[in-house]
Amino acid sequence: MGDGGRLMLFRRLRDSIPLLPFFAVVAIFLIVPTVTVLIGAVYDEGGFSLARVQALFTETALSALSKSVLLSGSTALLGAIFGALLAWLIVTRPPESLVRRTVLSLCSVLAQFGGVALAFAFLATIGLNGVLTLWVQEYLGANLAGSGWLYGLPGLILVYTYFQIPLMVIVFLPALEGLREQWREAAISLGASTWQYWREVAVPLLTPAFLGSALLLFANAFAAYATAAALVSQGSPIVPLLIRSALTSEVVLGQSGFAYALALEMIVVVAVVMVAYNLLVRRTARWLR
Amino acid sequence: MRTLGRAALWVVFGLFFLFPLYAMADFSTRNLIQGGRTGAAWANLFTDEALYQAIITSLLLSLLTVVAMLVVLVPTMIWVRLRTPWARGLVEFLCLLPLTIPALVIVVGLKNVYLWVTYLLGESALTLTFVYVVLVLPFAYRALDAALSAIDLQTLAEAARSLGAGWTTTIVRVVVPNIASGVLSAAFISVAVVLGEYTIASLSGFETLQVQIVLIGKSDGPTSVAASLAVLLFGFVLLLGLSLLSRRRRRT
Repeated sequence: MGDGGRLMLFRRLRDSIPLLPFFAVVAIFLIVPTVTVLIGAVYDEGGFSLARVQALFTETALSALSKSVLLSGSTALLGAIFGALLAWLIVTRPPESLVRRTVLSLCSVLAQFGGVALAFAFLATIGLNGVLTLWVQEYLGANLAGSGWLYGLPGLILVYTYFQIPLMVIVFLPALEGLREQWREAAISLGASTWQYWREVAVPLLTPAFLGSALLLFANAFAAYATAAALVSQGSPIVPLLIRSALTSEVVLGQSGFAYALALEMIVVVAVVMVAYNLLVRRTARWLR
Repeated sequence: MRTLGRAALWVVFGLFFLFPLYAMADFSTRNLIQGGRTGAAWANLFTDEALYQAIITSLLLSLLTVVAMLVVLVPTMIWVRLRTPWARGLVEFLCLLPLTIPALVIVVGLKNVYLWVTYLLGESALTLTFVYVVLVLPFAYRALDAALSAIDLQTLAEAARSLGAGWTTTIVRVVVPNIASGVLSAAFISVAVVLGEYTIASLSGFETLQVQIVLIGKSDGPTSVAASLAVLLFGFVLLLGLSLLSRRRRRT
């Protein structure tokens, strides 16, 4: 390396000093915990070991994984379809309208910051003394809350759908807004019907964005914890709740290693899904300018 | 026919999303014992000592998180654009990384880090500020990035510097006032995230608002529902206000 090279390196180092606080915070509170999980999952009693990863293939862990996949998959599908529909409804309103702003703000709150509150929303609606439960009991004589389905997988699917639809609206709306009016006019002036325009132009253009958003919804549901934790206080049907029980009962059972392995499983699933999501987004970005 | 179909869809979506919120309002004001209405659950937000403390803790946490986030992120993002463009991709990647690494994973690996934090700073729920800064990074980054892209940062900074301003003055008194809308939206979104956060707080054993809501829910449903609705409404007002504010700004 010549003098010029050394000087440049020195300058780069000096220039990067103001970035240190940022890198320090991210390193200590994001990278270190993640690496701790990665190492903790394959490190046991002073050496490399696959014992903890093997625990992922026990019946408890596999059943939690399959239920998590079922929950995330079904709510991603429901959320994507109904969310796209709602996004389309919103796009038909002018961008500056109060209706649109109100709906989008509500979507944003429900999708990203709801957590625990959404569990209580459904307890107040169709819980044992829920408002809808009492109405139905009084007027139709049926028991909506019967057998406590709200506290199991069916209940989780319902509540998750409640935040997946708004999330779909938020991530899918930009793609819908990117569809230009000129393209529709061009198609119509070339003799296409509205139906043909949607089938031949809009849907093929929107498909990557739609699939990408659905993947994001899947990852979101797979990693979600707060709503499920508030709703299901006993048992651990899904992976996040199994992590909770591994974390909180570790003193008794020495299960902290199991929590690491489960967290590793979660990282792998979410990372794979997010990589696929990014590939699809890049495809959309080509025409979404 | 078409407008009718659309109107029907609006009604269906409206019922699905608004009915649970209405049910929360109804449920939290119902007098379970004597029938009729009562404001007891809502009064508990202030009179229940533990809940009130948790509300204060969460509000303090959101304030601290916003300040820490701005202090760490704003200078970094400006510096990266002006002096160290080679690091821009890395900073963006790190800021968006929390979207891929779930909070649940962070909390599993956080124990050793927090042994040090509590050793150095004492055991207080306010130490959650550090993790929360990481948690709000993706949201704050996007808001600030949009604002920074909308101004001619290079020219502004050069003008300030050539007039003799130091870097601190340039950033605090020249650049920040020009990205005020981005700073504001980053702050609002961060407040909403912190007030709604449950995962990390509960699994690290700190009593924030959301943790307290779940705890109370086991014995006193209406109070939990009232607090939940209050948080949702607060978040909604915050975000709607932000949206209306940005509209006014764009017009002027």
